[in-house]
Amino acid sequence: MSVKEWPLWEVFIRGQHGMSHRHVGSLHAVDAKHAIKNARDVYTRRNEGVSIWVVEAAHIAASSPSEKGPMYDPARDKVYRHPTFYDIPDDVGKM
Amino acid sequence: MQPLFEFLLRQGDNALVLGHRTSEWCGTAPALEEDIALTNTALDLIGQTQLWLGYAAEVEGADRSANDLAYLRDVHDFRNLLMLEVPNEDFGRTLMRQFLFDAFQVPWLTALQTSADPRVAEIAAKSLKEATYHLDRSAETVIALGDGTADSNARMQATLDYLWPYVGEIFVDDDTDQTMADALIAPLPSSMRPVWAATIEETAKAACLSLPESDFAHHGGRSGVRHTEHLGHMLATMQVLQRSYPGAVW
Amino acid sequence: MYAQMVKSTGKGLVAREDMSPEDCAFQDRIDAGEKIEPRDYMPDGYRRNLIRQIGQHAHSEIVGQLPEGNWITRAPTLERKANLLAKVQDEAGHGLYLYCAAETLGVSRDEMTEMLLDGRMKYSSIFNYPTLTWADMGAVGWLVDGAAIMNQVPLQRTSYGPYARAMVRICKEESFHQRQGFHIMMAMVNGTADQKRMAQDALNRFWYPALMMFGPSDKDSVHSAQSMAWRIKVNTNDELRQKFVDETVPQAEYLGLTIPDAHLHWNDETEHYDFTEPDWDEFFDVISGNGPCNVDRLNARKTAWDDGAWVREAMMAHAEKKAARKQAAE
Repeated sequence: MSVKEWPLWEVFIRGQHGMSHRHVGSLHAVDAKHAIKNARDVYTRRNEGVSIWVVEAAHIAASSPSEKGPMYDPARDKVYRHPTFYDIPDDVGKM
Repeated sequence: MQPLFEFLLRQGDNALVLGHRTSEWCGTAPALEEDIALTNTALDLIGQTQLWLGYAAEVEGADRSANDLAYLRDVHDFRNLLMLEVPNEDFGRTLMRQFLFDAFQVPWLTALQTSADPRVAEIAAKSLKEATYHLDRSAETVIALGDGTADSNARMQATLDYLWPYVGEIFVDDDTDQTMADALIAPLPSSMRPVWAATIEETAKAACLSLPESDFAHHGGRSGVRHTEHLGHMLATMQVLQRSYPGAVW
Repeated sequence: MYAQMVKSTGKGLVAREDMSPEDCAFQDRIDAGEKIEPRDYMPDGYRRNLIRQIGQHAHSEIVGQLPEGNWITRAPTLERKANLLAKVQDEAGHGLYLYCAAETLGVSRDEMTEMLLDGRMKYSSIFNYPTLTWADMGAVGWLVDGAAIMNQVPLQRTSYGPYARAMVRICKEESFHQRQGFHIMMAMVNGTADQKRMAQDALNRFWYPALMMFGPSDKDSVHSAQSMAWRIKVNTNDELRQKFVDETVPQAEYLGLTIPDAHLHWNDETEHYDFTEPDWDEFFDVISGNGPCNVDRLNARKTAWDDGAWVREAMMAHAEKKAARKQAAE
């Protein structure tokens, strides 16, 4: 018997320490409620989190690898966005 | 037997026997996610077993441990509900049984949190969190399988019909229960029936299942008077090493 | 080694001058230590080999639940039962992570499962050996998980991003598995005469099958070179096998157990142990379906899969009905 496969979901977990939700992996589930429960059982067995997000994998929009150059290279030479770009004399103290 | 010891064995044996049945699924469930979830349930129940039987052993004061109680008693000394010892049969029966039990455990453990015995209250508080999740998951699964397909509905109705004669035993009060109630250690099990019945009715409706009319109830598990034949086989498996190599440390 | 007999689909290592410009650029990325991600360009051979390797690895985790699952209901104490359950549950989790990694390559978990069940995909030879006494739970954890960890640690640096990330998670979780097994062995060797005998017997039966887990000698493996160039294989089979022997012999000595190899000895020149190779004829028998448990293991997986079909179908049907009812109500 061929049964329709359960959809794939991506799982995001937020730990105890105030960090953002982080992608931890995927799983199969029939709907969002089931996916959250499965995520709890699969991905928080070692006390990894206190909040779960799930999204059906098919609903994720992603940037294309072929646009990598135009997408990300232009940010490379904007070094003035980083604090270390600016030389401030030590005498000024902590800044 | 001391009433408190008897009461604690009932709690511990329920967890032990159901935990054992649930552990039988490990590696063979319908989907990996369900396999992992069932094992989480089994691990919760083994943890509860250690707490209840650990306390029972202390109360008994006969220098026995939780493991001694689990592995070195025979059928006639077990005090679990009959419903929990019947074989898993299939995923449907396993989850239906879990649901029927969880729907009792949640109000029961909620009440035990205010037990006059602080150890009972403490164990109940820890177990309640686990039972609440178990109920959430087992109720959802029963609904999904009842509502799913014509085939799954028929299977779930048959499994509910099979288990129904075993549920009545949960609510039969006896002398031990009365002693516990008088000492404010636990409420009478019969007092849990209305809230249990409400949960069952609501879930059965959502699952497109009809509750059997008969209120006939097998009993003998909680009292230890007469278990099913299945328990002996379970214990033969579970206790084989402790029985074959007396005194060995594992 | 959970993917010990992955046959590459190509004819061994492709020379740079025979590569297309895309394949050349791809190889450059790998040589530079970049990770390949699901939507990136990859040669067909790379994709196909990865599906086989990750799939075989995932199947090994799932079939690998069975020999240890065999003892869950007979575990001798509540503590041991909980430890073993948690470990076998991790194996289900690891199978799940790996299937998900393979799914990013365009094959579904159900497809891979069907391929396992009809024999198109393999799993590690080790799980075709029976677990006969409680000491086998010790030996499997100590030796089999020990060998697995040796292979999996370097795979955290493999070139395919989702595979590498799955391995990071798996290695983190697996660190308790080998210790769990060794802990059982320690209790056995410090126990009664019966228990010691069981421990030695378990080592006798699992030693050579554990050595086989690393796959045949590199000199007999025509496909290793391409897999290593693609960084989907990081060390050679022989390197890992030697490392395993070198680490395990002192552990056996600590336990007071004897490795079943009369020729085992420390070689001052190479600074490694010399040891007897496993019987490769037996290995090829097991791989081709004639191991002690092949038929039972696959039947167990088939039964579980077939018995669960109505559940998977009903749960999906319920979710679809619920969604339709919700839509109708809006």
